[in-house]
Amino acid sequence: MTPAPAGAAPTGPAPTEPALVELEDVDHVYPGGVRVLHQVSFRVDRGELLAVVGPSGSGKSTLLNLIGTLDVATSGTVRIDGHDIAGLTENRLSALRARSIGFVFQQFFLADGVSALDNVADGLLYLGIPRKERRARAARVLRRVGLGHRLDHRPHELSGGEKQRVAIARAVVGDPPLLLADEPTGALDTTSGASVVELLRELNAAGTTVLVITHDQELAAALPRRIRVRDGRITEGVPR
Amino acid sequence: MSRRPGPRHLTAARLAPRRLSLADTLRVGSVGLRTRPARVLLSALGIAIGIAAMVAVVAVSASSQAAFNAQLASVGTNMLTVTPGRDFTGEPAPLPRNAAEMVRHIAPVENAAATGSLKDAKVYRNDHIPKAASRGIGVLAAGLGLPRTVGLHMAAGAWLNGAQGRYPAVVLGTTAAENLGITTPGAQIWLGERWFTVTGILKKAPLAPELDSAALIGWDAAKTYLGFDGRPTMIYTRTADSKVDQVRGVLAATVNPEAPNEVTVSRPSDALTAKQAANQAFTSLLVGIGAIALLVGGVGVANTMVIAVLERRGEIGLRRALGATRGQIRTQFLTESVMLSALGGIGGAALGAGASAGYALSQNWQVVVPPWALGVGVGATMAIGALAGLWPAVRAARLAPRAALSGP
Ligand SMILES: Nc1ncnc2c1ncn2[C@@H]1O[C@H](COP(=O)(O)OP(=O)(O)OP(=O)(O)O)[C@@H](O)[C@H]1O
Ligand SMILES: [Mg+2]
Repeated sequence: MTPAPAGAAPTGPAPTEPALVELEDVDHVYPGGVRVLHQVSFRVDRGELLAVVGPSGSGKSTLLNLIGTLDVATSGTVRIDGHDIAGLTENRLSALRARSIGFVFQQFFLADGVSALDNVADGLLYLGIPRKERRARAARVLRRVGLGHRLDHRPHELSGGEKQRVAIARAVVGDPPLLLADEPTGALDTTSGASVVELLRELNAAGTTVLVITHDQELAAALPRRIRVRDGRITEGVPR
Repeated sequence: MSRRPGPRHLTAARLAPRRLSLADTLRVGSVGLRTRPARVLLSALGIAIGIAAMVAVVAVSASSQAAFNAQLASVGTNMLTVTPGRDFTGEPAPLPRNAAEMVRHIAPVENAAATGSLKDAKVYRNDHIPKAASRGIGVLAAGLGLPRTVGLHMAAGAWLNGAQGRYPAVVLGTTAAENLGITTPGAQIWLGERWFTVTGILKKAPLAPELDSAALIGWDAAKTYLGFDGRPTMIYTRTADSKVDQVRGVLAATVNPEAPNEVTVSRPSDALTAKQAANQAFTSLLVGIGAIALLVGGVGVANTMVIAVLERRGEIGLRRALGATRGQIRTQFLTESVMLSALGGIGGAALGAGASAGYALSQNWQVVVPPWALGVGVGATMAIGALAGLWPAVRAARLAPRAALSGP
């Protein structure tokens, strides 16, 4: 695999630069009154690679959804790439997701009956990039994640690990500064899981900030920084 | 709940979603159609049946109208007929013997011819058929100019000439010939207790159906052999096209100056038109039935779209995560619904046009498929698709991204 292409996000924080992700006193209560996050505050700088760990039901996915602007915090401030998301309209949130955030999920969410290439190209659809360029960039990224020989394969013709690599390619094809992965190895065996983690490391080395939720202690321990969520509170790794 | 607005980032204004190109909108809108062809085919079929029915009905009716118009143009609408009415006591009021002659003197009348009914004369195939078995064929004394006035054409043989008009010769209407089993001239038939020679057989006479079942003999022959009193029972006239109404106004008074109200004047083409209009009235009923089928098809499309939105929550959530706006999700499902429906509409229009063309050809009509019917048909299906897809599309757009991604 080749390293980052030119034009990737800059590596390492500049001193004056705002944090890529910044949470301040964030509470989250689900409808029905389940209080999931309590006064969560932390920041993530550009270029970081960090694991979010914690027992099941502790609020990790909730946290990631708030960072990814898929949900809005009940109270507190969430700032992504310099934007206070509470002050953004629905449409601007969509644009922010399109430009600044890549998502990877445990269940892949690949479109059936659509080739790996077109699945990845869809990652650029809502950036208004013409189809020809979308496909060219998708092919490049697929080669970069080691799937250059699987461009025309449909999801059902791919292994679990390959599917997740296609999903990661789709998440980063638009070169977002932030990649959020919710248990990307959860549905994979150890070997495939390891290759996915290796890929995330490479992307990080190329400049992408990566937040990854994992239950894998070993994997978490190997990453530069860990945030531990327990009962909706951050109990470890609070501000560096 | 407190949500501090916080200082707006300077680049917030640049955070505008990008529009999808038309090609991308159509491509994204057809994703669901391409991945579930069987379901698409079945829902589209519902729409197609409705549209096919409507297009076929309209096209068959248009073809039939065109055929009728062509027929009317060929027989003309400028023929008027005069028949005896009833006098004030209710008795039939016979026409004067020289009625045809008088009609011919009306300036715009181009020609006129008379027939006289011989009620007592019966027609048989030969002389040993029992008297009761007459075939319902009326014997008419006919003026020699009848074919020209009415526009009669011969199916076989020839019309009576001057000499034959005085001798026992007969021309048969098309049904009369059929009933007697006669297909070629030269045959003899037993008419009014003597043999008559068939000189010709007429083609169908659309403007004068009474001639189809008649046996026509010469005016003089009728007097000589059958004791005809010489009173016409029907006068046919042709008039310059622009003067038909004017002639119609004076015909009765010309034929019977003392009692014009005892004369009946009519325009046979009006009867044909009325009959055609009655046939066409049926069309709107059939179109109505097609519309109901279309409506049912629309419900099928709505159902398919509701299911699609339920099944594709994950896809919707993923698209929102990739940066799709609510509007773009709504557009995607609306486009899908319209495309699904239009697919049925186009298929149905083709099916309906094909079926009606087949029917028209089988009737020897010119095929007329009105383009407006195809346009309205496909347009209506698209409107139905939009209507059917509206609610599901709005629901899809309202799904919160997190809720969509976390599955049902
Ligand atoms: N939509 C919801 N409505 C109400 N409660 C919810 C909702 N989603 C999650 N919860 C609750 O919030 C809590 C945190 O859920 P979350 O999914 O963030 O946990 P998690 O740390 O990701 O767990 P896991 O490791 O199992 O994925 C759980 O108790 C869960 O039941
Ligand atoms: Mg989770």
